[in-house]
Amino acid sequence: MSAYEQWIAFLTIMRKEVRRYLRIWTQTLLPSAITMSLYFLIFGTLIGKRIGTMGGVSYMEFVVPGLIMMAIITNTYANVVGSFFGAKFNNSVEELLVSPTPNYVIVLGYVAGGVSRGILVSIIVTSVALFFTKLDIYNWFVVISVVALTSVAFSLCGLINAVFANTFDDVNIVPTFILTPLTYLGGVFYSLDLLPDFWAGVSQINPLVYVVNAFRYGVLGVSDVDITVSFTMLIGLTVVAFAYAMHLLSTGTRLRT
Amino acid sequence: MPAALEISSLQKTYANGFEALKGIDLNVQEGDFYALLGPNGAGKSTTIGIVSSLVSKSGGKVRICGIDIDDDFSLAKKQIGIVPQEFNFNVFEKAEDVLIHQAGYYGIPIGLARQRAVYYLEKLGIADKQHVQMRMLSGGMKRRLMIARAIIHEPRVLILDEPTAGVDIEMRRSMYEFLRETNEEGRTIILTTHYLEEAEMLCRNVAIINHGKIVTRGSIKDLLRDLNSETFLLDTQDALPSGIEVPGFALRQVEPQCLEVDLAKGQDLAQVFTALSGAGVTVVSMRNKENRLERMFVNVLEGAS
Repeated sequence: MSAYEQWIAFLTIMRKEVRRYLRIWTQTLLPSAITMSLYFLIFGTLIGKRIGTMGGVSYMEFVVPGLIMMAIITNTYANVVGSFFGAKFNNSVEELLVSPTPNYVIVLGYVAGGVSRGILVSIIVTSVALFFTKLDIYNWFVVISVVALTSVAFSLCGLINAVFANTFDDVNIVPTFILTPLTYLGGVFYSLDLLPDFWAGVSQINPLVYVVNAFRYGVLGVSDVDITVSFTMLIGLTVVAFAYAMHLLSTGTRLRT
Repeated sequence: MPAALEISSLQKTYANGFEALKGIDLNVQEGDFYALLGPNGAGKSTTIGIVSSLVSKSGGKVRICGIDIDDDFSLAKKQIGIVPQEFNFNVFEKAEDVLIHQAGYYGIPIGLARQRAVYYLEKLGIADKQHVQMRMLSGGMKRRLMIARAIIHEPRVLILDEPTAGVDIEMRRSMYEFLRETNEEGRTIILTTHYLEEAEMLCRNVAIINHGKIVTRGSIKDLLRDLNSETFLLDTQDALPSGIEVPGFALRQVEPQCLEVDLAKGQDLAQVFTALSGAGVTVVSMRNKENRLERMFVNVLEGAS
């Protein structure tokens, strides 16, 4: 396939993905807006007033970056795992597999779909947040880089999950039992300074701590961890996940016999 | 000119140890209308799976229009269109979108893809279903859409794995017409089917596969010529007299007004008519008891087992 043909194949996959989640926007976009509004209202406004400040900023300001990041992570992951597993389940993935589209284009197409949903949801959640607090971005480069890297990394993780999944239960196991607990324990609602030394140490092995704090640094300029480490981890996760997704598609694991 | 499909010593052993293909050789010339026949589990779909990349081969070579799939599978894939046995599309997509997406995977820009989608939906008689979701289509319509999808990138070789399974007669005939037309335009067609009259009607050459091996191949005409016997059913005007016989022919009365005659190679059916006429029996109609290709197919499989 020529570069132009590959570009068309990429756009086709991405367009298909975008149209899919826009068609079912009540399942894909609306829930984040509602859930995050409730978080802002309960944790930010009602409980937050009693908490006061955290990390040198108001509690409302403190939770906003973490909640935006939480929405991005869950939505990018869910988009790709749901869509790719659906294609596997109804065998429509064969449409792609029999075509000359290279594997990396398939991976990038699905990732682009996930990233676009992640960005759209982040815009929605940020817009909702602006009803509750003001946001003065501390460092645009960090914000954009973290959103882009996180969206790509978790879209790739969703793709890997979908390749291995055999049932819809398998699609939900990782988000429910791994991603959600790690996100909640990743410093979305609290600063690591509040934790006893032991649990603060344990938190250092939670990768989502670095993701949340890097984004918080970009928005507020405060972070519990060194953002160089955060970027290194995010880039590392993205590269490893991409390489593994490529390996799975190249070997046809769970896709070809 | 290279063969449209050239397969040599193709082998496939699945992870559970089942040997689906035991070194098959196949050569389909460009422009041919070729039937790949065989009982269930013979290896037809595995062969198609390997050609389409959904199944990885354990050994052997496959060349599509002269392109070795081990050298450039991407280029080889552009030359073929596959109509699988099972429905494999997103049921929530509209018919037109299924075609446009498939075209996109082959690098066809959306404008041209839309034009072709409209053209092939029209050709296959489902133009009115352009904006209908796949789940709303009947089985026959889905089958025809799968043909449109396989041909949307205008491949040189079209491979159809039991395309008319579960399709009513009228729809089947319109599919035959389309396939004949596309073959006359120069496209090679390879067909697997369980309807042997379909293969006899459409195809010029045939290979019969059984237990992962090609057991016979050649032109359908030549293979049918080799048939040793045929059975005819003769319908008579009146009830047949009891104990009717024609020397040298095996006759069986299957109904009061129906006679079954086995005609060995070289025997003349006119002798039967003459003898029956002499006995006062008037034959009003005659038909083959079974499809001739079906007889040959059964003979080949029985001979191979």
